[in-house]
Amino acid sequence: MLKRLFSKQNRVLLAELVRTDFKLRYQDSVLGYAWSLLRPLLIFVILYVVFVKFLKVGSGTPHYAQYLLFGIVIWNFFVEMTMQSLSSIVGRGDLIRKIKIPRWIIVVSSSVSALINLLLNLVIIAIFMIVGHVTPTNLVFLLPLLLLEVYLFALGVSFFLSAAFVKFRDISYIWEVCIQAGFYLTPILYPLSRIPNLLLQKIMLMNPLAQALQEARYVLITKQSTVPGSVFHGSWYQYIPIILVGVALFVGAYYFRKQSKYFGENI
Amino acid sequence: MTDDVAIKVEEVSKTFKLPHEKNSTLKSAVINFYKRDRGYDKQQALDNISFEVKKGEFFGIVGKNGSGKSTLLKILAGIYSPDSGNISVNGKLIPFIELGVGFSPELSGRDNVFLNGSLLGFSRNEMKDMYNDIVEFAEIERFMDQKLKNYSSGMQVRLAFSIAIRAKSDILLLDEVLAVGDAAFQTKCFDYFAQLKQSDTTVIFVSHDRGSLERFCGRGILLNDGDIIAQGDIKSVLKEYDKIVMGQLEGSSKTSEQEEKPEKELKQNKSAQIIKVKTYGENKILKNKFNYGETIWIDYEARINEDLVNPIAGVTIWKKNVERPIFATNTLIEGISKTGSFKKGDKIYFKTQLPGHINDGEFYIDAAVSSESGAFVYDEVNNAREFFISGSDNPYSLVSSSSKAVFLKIEPNDNKS
Repeated sequence: MLKRLFSKQNRVLLAELVRTDFKLRYQDSVLGYAWSLLRPLLIFVILYVVFVKFLKVGSGTPHYAQYLLFGIVIWNFFVEMTMQSLSSIVGRGDLIRKIKIPRWIIVVSSSVSALINLLLNLVIIAIFMIVGHVTPTNLVFLLPLLLLEVYLFALGVSFFLSAAFVKFRDISYIWEVCIQAGFYLTPILYPLSRIPNLLLQKIMLMNPLAQALQEARYVLITKQSTVPGSVFHGSWYQYIPIILVGVALFVGAYYFRKQSKYFGENI
Repeated sequence: MTDDVAIKVEEVSKTFKLPHEKNSTLKSAVINFYKRDRGYDKQQALDNISFEVKKGEFFGIVGKNGSGKSTLLKILAGIYSPDSGNISVNGKLIPFIELGVGFSPELSGRDNVFLNGSLLGFSRNEMKDMYNDIVEFAEIERFMDQKLKNYSSGMQVRLAFSIAIRAKSDILLLDEVLAVGDAAFQTKCFDYFAQLKQSDTTVIFVSHDRGSLERFCGRGILLNDGDIIAQGDIKSVLKEYDKIVMGQLEGSSKTSEQEEKPEKELKQNKSAQIIKVKTYGENKILKNKFNYGETIWIDYEARINEDLVNPIAGVTIWKKNVERPIFATNTLIEGISKTGSFKKGDKIYFKTQLPGHINDGEFYIDAAVSSESGAFVYDEVNNAREFFISGSDNPYSLVSSSSKAVFLKIEPNDNKS
């Protein structure tokens, strides 16, 4: 199965599509690729000034600047990947109507360019951590797993959105609103500990993004990051986010597979 | 499936749902869901199609527009999935549904070569090895680092074609690739087809072009309204195809009972009614296929439904895919300004001859009868008849001239004097 998925032809195609995406995205811009690093940094500066300097949201959390930047980078990755994937199938309608290639490659190719951006942004995080004398905990080896979790969740969502967008073009507007809401419902700007109600904290941590983000901050930046283990006191509820990732991946892939037969005629 | 079969199609059907108004927003989907009025027409594009293509065959698919040819090809290519039925493909299949698939206008020619190559299954290294040959064959070395959007359409087609012919596969699907490009490019295409015919490659070829179908294909099928109505030797298939095309044209004027009824209703508000437009050769035998150089006569009768004075009768000849008429005449142009008075029930007869040496093609006749001033059209029939000319030795221009060309060398001294 995996052998067929990653046959030579599919790998070549995937690489070429990613390359094309890259070339197209930043052409005609003077700074070109630097923008994918500059954008999160500039957003970080704005949010840092507003929320940390004026509203003092992060007081009490050590290394709050790195904590905030890391949150923005992860969130940005999720937004970038889902937004790009959403329109990827429709955007590549010229291919889909004329040649048979595995449809999922198109979605995966737009996820790969988001993934590459994420890795570059993590380098920036590393630099900020070195400058701010932040030492990761000895659990830092879990970070790749947590990033994988975010990626898989985003992939499931992406499969669903891209297939649904073929039929219903309002999905893009709906998703924009969801993203906006998600930005505040996920503890990106504020430490989760500032939420007074324990029940609310629990509910918010059932969001796989919140859970992965909080745990990643825990292993990478500060043990003061509220993680499911401490909130749920070891009950099975703490696995809900993981289950949700599985559900998203399964539902997304299933729906995509079912719809992909008709992409050719529906686009 | 036996070993010598490349593609086997068994009882394949495909129906398209054509929504009256596409539910491309959630709101309309929700509303239509509750209305229980899904609001679409079903169109049966293919109805229980079965056939086999043997390995190494050059197989033609013929049919009018809308007969289901392209749908069939897209199903073979795996772009559409059939509602029912089964398709087995034995070997690697590359669909050339169109040339230059995935070409991106914002990328350079070079980048597009690699992208297009990857769609055909070539790795970057394989493409690097072929790159020079491709560019040379396309004859656009100088432009490879420019964006594709700055290419002329001819350059784009040449580039796409020279990548496409590198594709190595057991089965090729070709859809009217010949419809694009100039004469020189078409010659290249034909050379490539001739090569394919020699090789073991199985080719499935969809086209309207009788000439190339007859030249390359051995066998074929004829599709009409989603059914296979003839299959076998390409010559017999093309014969059946001609019958359909002609039956369709004659059907509009021939069958008296079917056509007479609507005519009677229409007649009331028409002062004149064109009855039947015919084409025939020197021997007065009705036909619509002519050899190049043959005299072509066109005539029609029109029934007069109220008293008229000096009506004008005329015809316009169009060539398929050519924007302007290639020939038009009427009684006024011919110098007959006083055509006379007509009473209700009279008939007029108009006849003209197609001039000169018109080269190969498909042609349509429009006929019209109008008032003396031309301001009021009594009757007008578009596409009243179709006819074909073939056999010219210079099919690339509209007409051939019998005049002798002059060719001289001019010395610089002659210019000064």
